[in-house]
Amino acid sequence: MQRNQTLFLKDLPKNMFSGFVVSLIALPLGLGLALASGAPPIAGVLTAIVGGIVVSILGGSHVTISGPGNGLVIVVLGAITTLGNGDNYQGYLYTLAAILISGVIVMTLGFLKMGRLSDFFPSSAIQGMLAAIGLGILAKQFHVMLGLERGKASIAELLLSIPEMIYEFGTRLFSMGFGASFAGIIGIISFCIMLFYPKIRNRYVQLIPAPMWILLISIGSTYYYQFTGQRYPIKESLMINVPESIFAQLPFPDFSLITDGAFWSFVISLTLIASIESLLSIKAVDKLDPQSRRSNVNKDLKALGLGTILSALIGGLNVVTVIARSSVNVNNNASNRSANFFHAFFLLLFILLFQQQLERVSLTALAAILVYTGYKLATPSKFFKIAEIGKEQLLIFVVTVLVTVVSNLINGIVMGILTTIVIHLFLNKSIGVFLRNVLKPNVLGFKEEGQYVVSVKHFCSFLNFYQLKNKIDRIPESSNVIIDLSMCQFVDNTAMEGIEGYIEVFSKKGGEIEVVGLDKHGTKSEHPLAIRKLIPFSSIGPIENYLTRRQTQLQTTASEHNWDYRPNKNNDLKKLKTFIYFKTKNINYKYNQLFHKDNDISIFDVEYSEGEFIAKETIKTTMFHVKLPFSAPIFTIDKEGLLEKLYHIAGFKDIQIENHRTFNKRFYLSGKNEKSTKMFLSDELVLFLESQPYYHIECNGKALLIFKKERLLGVSEIKAMSYFGEQLLKLIEDKQ
Amino acid sequence: MDIKKTKEGFNTILFGFAFSPTLNQNITEVTRLAHYFDAELVLLHVGAYNEQKEGEINRIIQKTEHANRVKEVLWKDGDPYTTIKNFVNHSDVDLLVLGAQQHETLYRFYIGSVARKLTRHVNCSVLLLINPSIERKPCQHIVVNGLDHENTSTAISQAFFAGHKLQSKQITIVEEIQNSELKISVEDDFSLKKAVKKESEITEREDKRVHQIIEEIPEKLKKDIQLKTQSIFGKRGYSLGHYAEVVRADLLVINAPKSSGLFSRIFTRDVEFILSDLPTDLLIVRAS
Repeated sequence: MQRNQTLFLKDLPKNMFSGFVVSLIALPLGLGLALASGAPPIAGVLTAIVGGIVVSILGGSHVTISGPGNGLVIVVLGAITTLGNGDNYQGYLYTLAAILISGVIVMTLGFLKMGRLSDFFPSSAIQGMLAAIGLGILAKQFHVMLGLERGKASIAELLLSIPEMIYEFGTRLFSMGFGASFAGIIGIISFCIMLFYPKIRNRYVQLIPAPMWILLISIGSTYYYQFTGQRYPIKESLMINVPESIFAQLPFPDFSLITDGAFWSFVISLTLIASIESLLSIKAVDKLDPQSRRSNVNKDLKALGLGTILSALIGGLNVVTVIARSSVNVNNNASNRSANFFHAFFLLLFILLFQQQLERVSLTALAAILVYTGYKLATPSKFFKIAEIGKEQLLIFVVTVLVTVVSNLINGIVMGILTTIVIHLFLNKSIGVFLRNVLKPNVLGFKEEGQYVVSVKHFCSFLNFYQLKNKIDRIPESSNVIIDLSMCQFVDNTAMEGIEGYIEVFSKKGGEIEVVGLDKHGTKSEHPLAIRKLIPFSSIGPIENYLTRRQTQLQTTASEHNWDYRPNKNNDLKKLKTFIYFKTKNINYKYNQLFHKDNDISIFDVEYSEGEFIAKETIKTTMFHVKLPFSAPIFTIDKEGLLEKLYHIAGFKDIQIENHRTFNKRFYLSGKNEKSTKMFLSDELVLFLESQPYYHIECNGKALLIFKKERLLGVSEIKAMSYFGEQLLKLIEDKQ
Repeated sequence: MDIKKTKEGFNTILFGFAFSPTLNQNITEVTRLAHYFDAELVLLHVGAYNEQKEGEINRIIQKTEHANRVKEVLWKDGDPYTTIKNFVNHSDVDLLVLGAQQHETLYRFYIGSVARKLTRHVNCSVLLLINPSIERKPCQHIVVNGLDHENTSTAISQAFFAGHKLQSKQITIVEEIQNSELKISVEDDFSLKKAVKKESEITEREDKRVHQIIEEIPEKLKKDIQLKTQSIFGKRGYSLGHYAEVVRADLLVINAPKSSGLFSRIFTRDVEFILSDLPTDLLIVRAS
């Protein structure tokens, strides 16, 4: 306990910093999400403040951030306009009541230990729901971003009129000039900032998150007009309106519609989406946590429910766990819940100190952030990713999206589930296998000779995946597990995805899950599943049949230098996962591999991702990997500062080498054991490194990982890297 | 109901047969069993007597290697359940053998329902054969229920007896532990640690209990048989059957529910779980 306290205090500064960075994103997002929901902008910030405080104190997760969620925007907007029936403020008060009740239900779910609720939904249907939410946000905010007026219209209508909106904006810009379109220009600039920010590799630009840049630019432009004595060209109605005193006139939920059917359907939607969004986010954040801790989701649900109740009482929205902000939190080294608390604290500070400045933010800028958020939820690549899993998954996805867009979320998810069930029945050509077995305890788990065996019978789909989950949840992640699916007639994509998630978590914590018994599913015709294996879209064009220019060059280079070249995807990533560089990243696969025939050198492209959902970034990098013939100290050589945070979490210490000032100045050396690392880096080695171009080097004790930049390399660059790696290896071997 | 009062082995075996396509295999298998157990075999057909059928059954019996084990062939009219029950309960039969095809749903359902009722109401042990064959398939691996129950010691000693007679190589005693006994729901790292600790405590306790039972079993039955104990956390009955299937056991031995009382009703459900997915040959042992 004592130790925990000291650790908590020691980590406090970095959690405070991380909370601060997150609050910079949470402020614009909070304003924007509330605005898009049709609620007063400040409501979103209040939600984040209440949520951050309550969940950080009572929650059961570690590095999550709570606040207003983008999943709920469309439902809240629908509730306010429908319940208000023309009077939006009254509608808002009714909606607050619905939010409060949904908070009570979420809390109850927590007490009933329903943290596994999200496991009962087919994953493609959930993906479809998220994409539909994204489309909804995009549709409802696009015209706001351009500063155009649109009357009440459905999501589908708005989506279809996007080209028309762009045309209208263009003609206005050219016919009426810059001033008349200024609001839209701010919107477009803001959108470009969101779009290109991740591509800018400047440290100082990256110090401030993109949404905050947008606020700063929007506010800054008003000051520019003020100092030059001109009238600001954006009209009042397109600027944020913050009440005189935020705490003086708090709205109070109005319960008078409590007997109304529509009211309750909104309560159900709010509850469903708030809990699913939170549960999915918690699951995703647990995967990002460098310490791989397991969150207590039921405890979190209780805290989120309570947070929602309190938030609704002061005019805020549903408190949910949000993935994008949590992901930023992890990337800024947050280590415990106090970061969430500080994020709330700084938000409170902001609205108390900068209330007047907030009124200078234009709605078009906020809308741009939302359009980007919506776009990220529904990028075309989402569709392709789903199609890769299988055509039938794409069907489920598309049905869910379409029904959600033309009807509402509940109908969408229900249709998604029904479609999934119909597809499963069709694929199995039998209803009996489901009816007879759905309620049977179909999972057996036992421990045998230090190893866990989990056997699944009959079928394994979203309907009964929770049974498998219950079993795996009871196994420490550091153990070896065999999941035997050979007695299953049918395994669906939701179950496979769930298992995949566990495989990742286990391998991060030093355990291993091996799935056996699926191979025959692909071949036996009476086992129609492993659908993902039988009819994926990607099978139309395996990589090796469509070599790109770079790949043909690689092929030629390989044959010239007597290397082996394999262009296809390879999922054997065990070796890579042990490197600290990959600790907070999800490796997807490696491809374009070059092997040296007579030693353990390989060069390959690897695709991995950092963050989740909207903060997700997929990176492809060319790397050089060599297995060392002897054991070496664990260390890394890096250009000053680039990745230092990551290695500090892993317990690396900075190391200075005596008498090599240039080296110390140019490189950033850190390692687990200072003495042995210094011993390892002989004078010749240091001289070699100094004289060569910069490469990032990490040694995990057994192997070296070398790469130049976090991107793919051209063929000549690959040759240079391979030369560098081989020389380095030779020097090290000579010394031993 | 302690172990000393229970006699090991079977003197009289009753096989209730029907003229099914697998009759030949069934008869071959039961005569062979009677031979291994050194018992007399009574064949009972529920249905009208008919000379042609008698000829058929006699031909089949004569073809088997151990035809001499067949004491008599009986024909009785009536409903299968009552007829077999009355016969068994008024004679000195100590093992009732029933054929059950694993993959014929309808037949299995019928057998299942008859067998279910019979296992509850006959006062002898019951053996369900799912896979009778002409060629002997050695019974290599026996899985036996090691549940904390007063009749378990009988089941275990019968399993050893059967293992000894059938020259089995391995006996695995499975301790099924209900999840409810853990009383810890795993929600985070901390509760996981607690649950793992509790699990290993329970496993140790159960192992100890089972080993006490094993100690009382005569050495001559134990030699040449490899013994293993295995703890399983899961739904009673169901997970036992699942386990037998996973390890590809040849025979599953469980103790019969007591014939009355509330407890038996609960316990009977376990048997039904196994019957619904009959994974292997099943011996339901009744302490006499």
